[in-house]
Amino acid sequence: MSKQIVISGGRVIDPANGIDGERDILIADEVIKAVDAPGSFANLKDVERIQAAGCWVTPGLIDVHVHLREPGFEWKETIRTGTEAAVAGGFTAVCCMPNTNPVNDDAQVTQYILNKAREEGVAHVYPIGCITKKQKGEELAPLLELREAGCVAFSDDGLPVQNAGIMRRALEYSLLTGAVLTVHEEERQLSEGFAMNEGALSLKLGLRGMPGAAEDIMIARDIELARLTGAPVHFCHVSTARAVTLIERAKNDGIPVTAETAPHYFSLTEDAVGDFDTNAKMSMPLRGEFDRQGIVEGVRRGVFDCIASDHAPHDIDSKRKEFSEATFGILGLQTTLPLTLKLVEAGVITPSRAVELLTSGAVRCLRLNGGTLKSGVVADLTVINPERQLTLSREVIRSKSKNTPYLDQTLKGVAVKTIVRGRVVYSLD
Amino acid sequence: MQRAATQLGRHLLRIEGMSEEQILFYVGTAEQFVEINQRAVKKVPTLRGKTVINLFFEPSTRTRTSFEIAAKRLSADAININTQVSSVTKGETLVDTVQTIQAMAPDVLVMRHPASGSTDFVAKHLPRTAVVNAGDGLHEHPSQALLDALTIKQRLGRLHNLTLTLVGDCFRSRVARSNIFMHRALGNRVRVVGPPSLAVPEWKALGAEVHHHMESALEGADVVMSLRMKLEYLKESFVPSAIEYSRKYGITETLLSRYAPKSIVLAPGPFMRGTEVSTEVIDGPRSCYHQQVANGVATRMAVLFLLGSGGTTASRISGTAEPAENLEREEEV
Repeated sequence: MSKQIVISGGRVIDPANGIDGERDILIADEVIKAVDAPGSFANLKDVERIQAAGCWVTPGLIDVHVHLREPGFEWKETIRTGTEAAVAGGFTAVCCMPNTNPVNDDAQVTQYILNKAREEGVAHVYPIGCITKKQKGEELAPLLELREAGCVAFSDDGLPVQNAGIMRRALEYSLLTGAVLTVHEEERQLSEGFAMNEGALSLKLGLRGMPGAAEDIMIARDIELARLTGAPVHFCHVSTARAVTLIERAKNDGIPVTAETAPHYFSLTEDAVGDFDTNAKMSMPLRGEFDRQGIVEGVRRGVFDCIASDHAPHDIDSKRKEFSEATFGILGLQTTLPLTLKLVEAGVITPSRAVELLTSGAVRCLRLNGGTLKSGVVADLTVINPERQLTLSREVIRSKSKNTPYLDQTLKGVAVKTIVRGRVVYSLD
Repeated sequence: MQRAATQLGRHLLRIEGMSEEQILFYVGTAEQFVEINQRAVKKVPTLRGKTVINLFFEPSTRTRTSFEIAAKRLSADAININTQVSSVTKGETLVDTVQTIQAMAPDVLVMRHPASGSTDFVAKHLPRTAVVNAGDGLHEHPSQALLDALTIKQRLGRLHNLTLTLVGDCFRSRVARSNIFMHRALGNRVRVVGPPSLAVPEWKALGAEVHHHMESALEGADVVMSLRMKLEYLKESFVPSAIEYSRKYGITETLLSRYAPKSIVLAPGPFMRGTEVSTEVIDGPRSCYHQQVANGVATRMAVLFLLGSGGTTASRISGTAEPAENLEREEEV
């Protein structure tokens, strides 16, 4: 039996239960025993005490979009290093995309990931299975079998299902599993060979661009397929202003869609590509200022249900290349919280809403457990110091890879303690 | 006399960002080399003992030969390495390739590569070698724009108050980009003409006017530049057919004499006679094609001279681009 923990003096922000105020929390036997007025647990003996004065105490953060690279790409990231980066970023649970090698289109791969996570992971790992076999978009993967093996959702990630007929069947069949399709939206006829956003900058640099329409068209298609089938769709890392409009309208129409964006789409623009900086190369590409503002506006208006990192670790050799040859993606697990808190500082969202976007909002999108501090639930918590600054040096980055445009930048608002199943798995100091 | 050195930077990677002064300095220096190419013995000792490596990852005859001749006429040791990007798929990265070459201590690396930005990338990894971009993907081809400028200056007597019309596939043309950046820096009017699939509105953000009809695009133009309309792109449906393209955008004497009677015609080549530009034009008095090729050698000599002499010679050249003292004739033997 693990030791009892009391977290006291902090501002408890638990949007799922409408709590935002000073509370103390008692944890025992891996679960939350009680959330009560300050000082309630002052007389308990033989407990580990965490002083959280000046900090927020929140449900453990949940990231619905992460690439852990295992099995198959262990030199980029492993379940161990990926979950270490997760807890260092305040995340107690991550959903891992299926584009491993082999891809997660088979119950054995799912079980391998879950076994590894049990043995070596420091955060909860929720695998996402493929929608189609080998992510080829041709035949459905065994969704029910994957679900039974432990997949929480389905996605073909960066190789989205192009055939609308197959997508329709996948949505219909997903109803049987109770799990949501989480989709990267890209009409690949419009994005062929792209290296960045299409616009004046791609024209200037002589790089192939992906127009925002490539994303918007697929989002529009899947909104209509969600309407047709009644099956829920979750849109990954939305990057355009137009998509925000489409999703907002769909929600108003009562169509079962949810959406995430990633911090880089409200923090950066394509200008970060500058002189061919491959750490600004990702898919979706960074867009222009109009779209960045549209994403901020989408967050402000509540169009987005959650914020996810799209943590995409890549080794130096994959990035130290000609821009068009370099791989897509950047790290995100240790930058998502501070970048989201920048929106709080800018007055776009309240602290409670920020926490919701990183906890109960994520839970709602993919129908996960967690995201609440109700007594009796598994004790996953994050203690956040919103004023604390941290320089993202190579040593601070826990991921095996270092591909981030924020390298050596100082970020404000970070996790100082991360608790998974009642155990402190990360401490900043 | 003004002796202030014009700062050129260590590499020639792009025209974008160059000042008018820098551009005119390159062109002025190139002018001096034109004469050397007309001598009986076309060789000066300027870069004796220097090594120039031409590293071409794309097939090229014209540009590679031009750089090679330029290096040899400056008495540099010129080495050509022609390779295909497929050697990269064999396992060697571009960084490794260029660092291997760096280890052989060349003074100038002239590089052509199919990836946009590849020369910028390489320059970041070469602390001791001047890098000359001989074409990086669709991005830039600065020495071509410089030789075009020299040609315009010779033919029209000026590099200012000009209207240039770029006809063809600007979208995939590094020559177009370098010329647009150059002539915007010089304050000239630049027009891009083509179907809306190629002459996209974003060109305006780069300072060019966008036209879809030859008549308006050619009206009053001083310089007409014919860019390649690559046939292999037809299958991507940017235009329906070469014939339809030619009927709408082919450069003919009829069009020129009507809308731009005093214009000269430049073509970076290779060009498709009859499709992009009529034989009457290309073989006629407006055509600068052969002059461009000749100026290519002089311009590349200027580039190698300015960047290859390790800063010592470049700093001796004045901002007024007067003849440098070490352009003396090689002793005839």
